[in-house]
Amino acid sequence: MIKILLQLIICPLLFGSAYAQAELTIKITEGIESPVPMAIVPFGWNQPGKAPEDLAAIIASDLERSGRFTTLDRAHMLIRPSSPSQIRFRNWQTLGMESLVIGQIRDSGPGKYIVTFQLFDVFRGEQLTGYTIPLTAREFRHTAHKIADIIYQKLTGEAGVFSTHIAYITRDVSIKGATVYRLQVADADGQNAQTMARSKEPIMSPAWAPDGARIAYVSFESGKPAIYIQELNNGRRRKLARYNGINGAPAWSPDGRKLALTLSKDGNPDIFVLDLASKKLRKITSSFAIDTEPQWSPDGKYIIFTSDRGGKPQIYITPSMGGPSRRLSFDGNYNAGASISPDGKSVAMVHASDGNYRIAVLDLESRKIRILTPGKLDESPSFAPNGSMLLYAARKGGQAILSAVSFDGRMHQNLQVKSGEVREPAWSPK
Amino acid sequence: MKSMNKLLASSLISLNLAGCSLFGGGESGDDVAPVTGPGGDATAAQTQGVDNSDSFSGVETQATDGNYTSNSAPNAGNVPQDLLSQRVIYFEYDSSEVSAEGQAIIQAHARYLAQNTNARIELQGHADERGSREYNIALGEQRALSVARLMKLQGSADNQLDSVSFGEEKPVALGNDNAAWSQNRRVELVYPGY
Repeated sequence: MIKILLQLIICPLLFGSAYAQAELTIKITEGIESPVPMAIVPFGWNQPGKAPEDLAAIIASDLERSGRFTTLDRAHMLIRPSSPSQIRFRNWQTLGMESLVIGQIRDSGPGKYIVTFQLFDVFRGEQLTGYTIPLTAREFRHTAHKIADIIYQKLTGEAGVFSTHIAYITRDVSIKGATVYRLQVADADGQNAQTMARSKEPIMSPAWAPDGARIAYVSFESGKPAIYIQELNNGRRRKLARYNGINGAPAWSPDGRKLALTLSKDGNPDIFVLDLASKKLRKITSSFAIDTEPQWSPDGKYIIFTSDRGGKPQIYITPSMGGPSRRLSFDGNYNAGASISPDGKSVAMVHASDGNYRIAVLDLESRKIRILTPGKLDESPSFAPNGSMLLYAARKGGQAILSAVSFDGRMHQNLQVKSGEVREPAWSPK
Repeated sequence: MKSMNKLLASSLISLNLAGCSLFGGGESGDDVAPVTGPGGDATAAQTQGVDNSDSFSGVETQATDGNYTSNSAPNAGNVPQDLLSQRVIYFEYDSSEVSAEGQAIIQAHARYLAQNTNARIELQGHADERGSREYNIALGEQRALSVARLMKLQGSADNQLDSVSFGEEKPVALGNDNAAWSQNRRVELVYPGY
């Protein structure tokens, strides 16, 4: 049974939606020009009392958080259609809406429900898409996120990431001065945070398996670092590596069969690849320098990593079967902690040239680098599975927080934690 | 009595691996440890079940010195007490080079270890928070190994030294400025049980 500890509850501060506790808040700190206005009407419900969840509110919150939409405050909705025949498009045009979402929830048996929804183009008065979805009581939030994904995809042409998850590490100090580290997994909107592992010693480097069902991480619970793989749905885990010295930076191959990792058992930190079935270990780098932080290319053929063989840490690339390494980063005197975009065309990294640590993105074809974040202590970039945004760790007002930035660098969001520290975000692959 | 302690210690440690938090919060260890730095007590992480049937194990060295004296530096013989009571060596930014001050401290401890062949020490390396975490783990290790090398040159035996790097994960100073960072770039010399 998974212990559910609501350590972080995201309360969207946007446009009047109200949740009980606001320990984790989202602020859009810089918008993009003209988010598209849309109305998401509270879904009809055919029973007395309230529906198990306010689906329309969850959908609106998701779409707003992408920064590309602005949703109508329901106080302005004098008429609330729940079926297409009830819609008068002129009303919505007058309100300046470009899109309209309506829906209905019906119960269909004990603990069972059916949701129908439709998305309309207000100006043309045309339905763009609609679905009927059976679900159980437990699946309400997840269904809302799926609906937001469908709407997002229809309107932008891009896959939505609202039903994805994020993993991260938290560090809290109790009043008595006891430190606790936690590995947590939450929905992409920060709800349903669950603690996967908790320890008085550090936990680091969470890495999602490509199937989204397991997470590898580093734990110092035994006093020395070891790499574990833990299954999300039942909490079962096994210890994969506990060699002498460093056991760190686990990274899954795209086929989920291998783990790249950093071991210093041979004298200095090098990249190894561990075959999960055969347990065979293959050494990929063998410089006299620090080689660490491996990441696989999406086709599995290459591994990028951090190395200071040139004096200061820079990003290098090497064939995943072993072979000569090639340097990738040439700007600035510090480049480390790289993360490859889902399409394999870009590499995000921690970049510094004047003591200001920021997230930068390197285009592998043009070799041009763009700095995305303001710094000064930014780290741990993680791409959304659709490549549209990056999560990263930052410090703001002396607090360790998570932040998000769009791939083009124009939209910024802070996820602020009021107590404790958050770090090392990892966006799930799906 | 010493061998009983060893047996007890090793069985407790293996229970830790099975997810049992018998060691509690290490508070008992904290009572006797005289100076700064994380104690040597290991505590298990709580998870929802641990299956370690597939565990790899490297060589896991443990503290086996049974001398549990309280609140004072180890009995040093002819080693200067004030240096022996110093348990932290500091480093410059991006460097694992030991200063003259650090070398004096190392010399005192190395001599102690040379004279007490049953004594064990753990060298815990750390880095400041700037930059990526796993690279900082590697930096912390470089510092710990740098100290270990010097200790061996001064007479410590290989099997008396153990090292671990916590990178930036266990800062002593929580600020985000040079003052805090300089306190966090360190190697701690920890005698298990003290």
